[in-house]
Amino acid sequence: MLGLGRKDTTLFAIVVLVTVLAPFLLNPFPADSAMAQFNSGYPDLMQRFAIYGIFAIGFNILFGLTGYLSFGHAAFLGVGSYSAVWMFKLLSMNVIPALILAVIVSAIFSVVIGFIALRRSGIYFSILTLAMAQMMYNLAYSVFSNPAMNLTNGETGLQVYASDPQYLKGNGPDVTHLFGLQMNSTYEMSVAGWKFDFGVGYYLCAVIMLVAFYIAIRIFRSPFGIMLRAVKSNQHRLNYTGVNPRPYNLAAFVISGMYAGLAGGLLACMDPLAGAERMQWTASGEVVIMTILGGAGTLVGPILGAGFIKYFENIFSKINENVLHSWFHWLPESVQNFVVHVLSPFFGEGWSLTMGLMFMAVVIFLPGGLVEGGLRIGRLFRRRPAPTPDAATKPAE
Amino acid sequence: MDTLILQFLNGLDKGSAYALIALGLTLIFGTLGVVNFAHGALFMIGGFCAVTLQKILMISSVTLDPTKLNFLGKPTEVKTPYVEVFFGKDVGAFIVDWSVPLAIFFAIPIMIGVGYVMERGLIKHFYKRAHADQILVTFGLAIVLQEVIKYFFGANPIPTPAPEAFRGSVDFGVWLGFAPDLIIYPAWRLVYFIFSLVIIGAVFAFLQFTTFGMVVRAGMADRETVGLLGIDIDRRFTVMFGIAAAVAGLAGVMYSPISSPNYHMGMDFLVLSFVVVVVGGMGSLPGAVAAGFLLGVLQSFASLNQVKALLPGIDQIVIYLIAIIILLIRPRGLMGRKGVMED
Repeated sequence: MLGLGRKDTTLFAIVVLVTVLAPFLLNPFPADSAMAQFNSGYPDLMQRFAIYGIFAIGFNILFGLTGYLSFGHAAFLGVGSYSAVWMFKLLSMNVIPALILAVIVSAIFSVVIGFIALRRSGIYFSILTLAMAQMMYNLAYSVFSNPAMNLTNGETGLQVYASDPQYLKGNGPDVTHLFGLQMNSTYEMSVAGWKFDFGVGYYLCAVIMLVAFYIAIRIFRSPFGIMLRAVKSNQHRLNYTGVNPRPYNLAAFVISGMYAGLAGGLLACMDPLAGAERMQWTASGEVVIMTILGGAGTLVGPILGAGFIKYFENIFSKINENVLHSWFHWLPESVQNFVVHVLSPFFGEGWSLTMGLMFMAVVIFLPGGLVEGGLRIGRLFRRRPAPTPDAATKPAE
Repeated sequence: MDTLILQFLNGLDKGSAYALIALGLTLIFGTLGVVNFAHGALFMIGGFCAVTLQKILMISSVTLDPTKLNFLGKPTEVKTPYVEVFFGKDVGAFIVDWSVPLAIFFAIPIMIGVGYVMERGLIKHFYKRAHADQILVTFGLAIVLQEVIKYFFGANPIPTPAPEAFRGSVDFGVWLGFAPDLIIYPAWRLVYFIFSLVIIGAVFAFLQFTTFGMVVRAGMADRETVGLLGIDIDRRFTVMFGIAAAVAGLAGVMYSPISSPNYHMGMDFLVLSFVVVVVGGMGSLPGAVAAGFLLGVLQSFASLNQVKALLPGIDQIVIYLIAIIILLIRPRGLMGRKGVMED
């Protein structure tokens, strides 16, 4: 269906189902129960799942297929955000022109950066992308916020003011909208204690993410995708066979840059504010973490990773010592204090520590990420001997 | 002229910090072939060694002074650091005042220990894996180290003052024959510059003039042959990792009076020192040092007002621009050798 193989169709259908039903699936606990803090089915968070999903899918097209590890992808996210906000300032609060410009501008930037950075490979490529992203961060943070040419509004961040021209605004609303459909409007449904929120913003992000995911599947299965995999497994061989891999790498880089720009544009659509901290290299590190955690080079891995990180970021940050005490209230006082004392560094403020440890554990023990973990567990239950990698399909190094 | 000299000094000063970190990075890279994203974290841990020593020295005994009453009519508490109790008032105060330089001796064993544990416990298992994996695992380690420090020391910078004697400024211009009060420079920054020269010199001397260093250099050139000669090169490389960690740590210790240590200072320096290493040429120690000073000086000159008027904001991006240009016209960096990380 849709030009996908049978397996891919099933996978795509599952992802569609999960994204559409996410407001139900992510709110499994009644609204006023003690477990309600584990609910994540509110639009703000679900939007972030979808947006960072897009970001990670795009990153995976570059890293998962070609093996080029870019440490500067957040720069494109930031560029996308800035251009989207500029569209809001100049035209109207409609999201469509904003998203289109975001993708175009980030594509231009990624062509330039990719052209330079892809002249080198391996570690040099990582450092070049890192340096260029950091340069763009500095440009956005301080250089382009001077009075003569204020493109980014520096530390305050770019936002929409009432004095902005907004030439196409007419009688349109003051919040971001899709032809009148406001992004922040939600429909609330409560069923016997459960509360479900359906946000317009979330569904816009979800539809765009599904389209992005579909395109990613097609890229993975296309001859182009196979070429990219050839780059990953042995670039020298490709050279010897008379193929110049650089156009392929550049295409992959630009595509993933456009994905990042789209994600950045969507971030701005959900909250029309763009700041330079989105472009910092730690933000680039985050998308690397998401992709690796989920499983680089797999189709669903990046989405899983993005959802996983954003979910636990949200939940872990909420858990403070009081919550921990209430969890362990059945223990004797002294043991309880000890347990809480040991656990508290990992919760609340310490979420980054937990994330770092998890990330290290995945890199060390489970290089294939969560997807590989799932496959391993599945194999355990099926009690079939693990399929040995076929020697014939393994490329010679 | 005087502003130029002042900026030159600034540049040398900045450059010495870059050069020290880049030197450590290159040592690790040249010996073990690992790109260490956690190197900035080692620099940061060095800074916190100074903080810790200062805290230890400030542990005080509290006595009540019945002769002075505070506003509630209770005796005031008098805190005397134990060092003052043990060594007498003058010596104790001197030790507390000189806590940052003393932290050098405190930091060396700690940093070598941290480096040893890092290499044996984690990085050893990554020699056979792809470079991307090495980057990723050390990146994760950097996050973890940073968060651990944040947990113990909090998120705010902790001021660690330099010794009283170096807190002021030096009228540097007088030494060069300029009029007084023309070139005034903070004394500690000069100390930092001289210190880093000493450290860089010491590392080079160690590699050049000791048998151990000779073996290590041989191992950098051809690891397998050295192994075939019956030398346990892995053990030496582990020691080199410890030394590299100590170099980063010492840079951090001495940097702590210049900017108060906070938990993410390592990350800020890391990106720049990577750029420095790449500009200098991967695996080339003199290249790393030269590029460190070069970029530091260029960055300072770019922040001259006249230059900034011509090209606004150039001081923020000049390092990256130079790195990009150098990588495009001299792909191996200034002093890079053939065959290092060419894949």
